[in-house]
Amino acid sequence: MTIAADAPVRGPDRDDGPAIETHGLVKHFGTTRAVDGVDLLIPRGGVHGFLGPNGAGKTTTIRVLATLIRPDAGTARVFGHDVVHEADAVRARVSLTGQFASLDEDLTGDENLRLLARLLGYPRAEGRARAEQVLDAFGLTEAAGKQVKKYSGGMRRRIDIAASIVVRPDLIFLDEPTTGLDPRSRNQVWEVVRALVRGGTTVLLTTQYLDEADQLADRISVIDTGTVVAEGSPGELKASVGTGSLHVRVRRPEQRAAARDLLQRVLGVEVHEQGDPAGLVATVADAGPVARALTALEDAQIGLAQYALGQPSLDEVFLALTGHATGTAPAQEDQA
Amino acid sequence: MTAVQTPATGTWVPDTAAVHEALVAGARPKPQGPLAASATFGWRTLLRIKHVPEQLFDVTAFPVMMTLIFTLLFGGALAGTVDAYIQFFLPGILVQSILMITMYTGVALNTDIEKGVFDRIRSLPVWRPSALVGALLGDVLRFTLASAVIITLGMLLGFRPDGGALGVLAAVGLLLVFAFALGWIWTFLALRLRTPNAVMGWSMLVITPLTFGSNIFVDPSTMPGWLQAFVDVNPVSHLVTAVRGLMHGEAAGGDVLMVFAWAALLVAVLGPLTMRRYGNRD
Ligand SMILES: Nc1ncnc2c1ncn2[C@@H]1O[C@H](COP(=O)(O)OP(=O)(O)OP(=O)(O)O)[C@@H](O)[C@H]1O
Ligand SMILES: [Mg+2]
Repeated sequence: MTIAADAPVRGPDRDDGPAIETHGLVKHFGTTRAVDGVDLLIPRGGVHGFLGPNGAGKTTTIRVLATLIRPDAGTARVFGHDVVHEADAVRARVSLTGQFASLDEDLTGDENLRLLARLLGYPRAEGRARAEQVLDAFGLTEAAGKQVKKYSGGMRRRIDIAASIVVRPDLIFLDEPTTGLDPRSRNQVWEVVRALVRGGTTVLLTTQYLDEADQLADRISVIDTGTVVAEGSPGELKASVGTGSLHVRVRRPEQRAAARDLLQRVLGVEVHEQGDPAGLVATVADAGPVARALTALEDAQIGLAQYALGQPSLDEVFLALTGHATGTAPAQEDQA
Repeated sequence: MTAVQTPATGTWVPDTAAVHEALVAGARPKPQGPLAASATFGWRTLLRIKHVPEQLFDVTAFPVMMTLIFTLLFGGALAGTVDAYIQFFLPGILVQSILMITMYTGVALNTDIEKGVFDRIRSLPVWRPSALVGALLGDVLRFTLASAVIITLGMLLGFRPDGGALGVLAAVGLLLVFAFALGWIWTFLALRLRTPNAVMGWSMLVITPLTFGSNIFVDPSTMPGWLQAFVDVNPVSHLVTAVRGLMHGEAAGGDVLMVFAWAALLVAVLGPLTMRRYGNRD
């Protein structure tokens, strides 16, 4: 991936520091600890993925970083500027694409963008031209004169993102940009994100989908109940989780034990028996050995009723990383 | 028309080169200053009126109803003839109507702020109060419209201001200044309270004693002493006296000054309180 030489230079107040740096960030609402001691160090350039289930604290973290709410404890810096004490300097560098309707839905797409262009300092004529240019780049020229509330879901997300680049941001927050989109619209958003990164913008993207983080992110923070439970490149996380799980059902249940031994030997990983008397499951690091394992079963005359290789779900990721399912505390183990 | 193939929205293929180009072509000018940004947010209010013209219903239908009910229903009873009463009453009903419709500012803001667009607005590098100032300025335009409706209707019913056009304009101007200042109470409530209904309820609780405990409807000399004392310090009374005075060409200097003082006080106290709330709202 090519990343533009450097973030744009903006006069003498050129600041430094990583894109995002937080220490012990805490934010609670009443008794809910939405963010509960988050430490982040996100360098400039590329996409940082924020992966977590509903209520993990993704949006709250982003709202703190975008200067919308103050943390109750801890510090957060964006390009070296404190989000509480230097909020203006932070706002000048970031753009927020919120999880929900982040534009005025009663206005047209064009009016929304012109409004932002004016506020951000474009003179009237230049603002109009800029709105046109951005709408065109996002394939929204035809919809420019329509009220945003009449847009389809995919168009909504596109104009939300378009609105965030009216002025080139150094850091853009995309809060679940593809939730609720069909596969095609999702792909469109992914392409747009890649284009933003090529332009030198740092992207912080939240998602509930492992494959999305895998597709886009250079590094991923897995967040659950307000804390970062794991962090690393997609490759590192997958190494700890496996690319997927292999599910196998033998035709004759009495062969299960033999099948298990064989699979363990070939795959080199632990193979578990499932509740189903003929079922086995293994977490595999990559798909390569799976074909060999299946051939080995065939050679050993162990017939299979069924097999499937799937991407690990977010639940499986959490299980692997935290030892408990999403949203449940580790203490709640069954004594069955 | 023949079957032209219109590009369906789902079939858009991202032109990443164009997106990239649009991104890097984005200049980074200096953001608007406080005044310009407020004006731009005022423009947003105008655009919203253009797309949702129903908003103008409250500011026209309500004052018309109030004027008709009070002049025709009570006018004769309170002052003998409608014609005599309307000279005294119209400036009062104008004040009453405009102050009542200022409450919609808070209700609208409370609805607006729940939407994601406010997060985007608050994350922009512009003077923070400008979004609220702009909304209030846009509302001033709606109040101007309502004033024009009421005065026109009043003239049709026999209202004859001795102060002439200039006096009427000065009176409306003063009223708008006060309405703008009062708007900060509603924006403050809108930011404190969770639902539009709660905002409406609290606003009624504030506005009802202010308007009825004043000299809008009747001469306070007929009231009990404690009520007279309240009426005397009530800024709305000063406003009504000033508006009447200006419309009828009678001196009202002291009351005009009092209105400006109250307006300044409201903005000076509630502006910062509101902004603190706006900055920290969860
Ligand atoms: N304004 C608020 N008032 C009270 N509680 C809140 C508020 N905002 C968030 N919460 C709570 O804080 C927790 C974290 O919420 P947050 O929105 O940050 O999660 P999220 O990871 O973005 O979830 P989702 O994937 O559903 O968007 C949740 O339990 C939520 O109910
Ligand atoms: Mg969220």
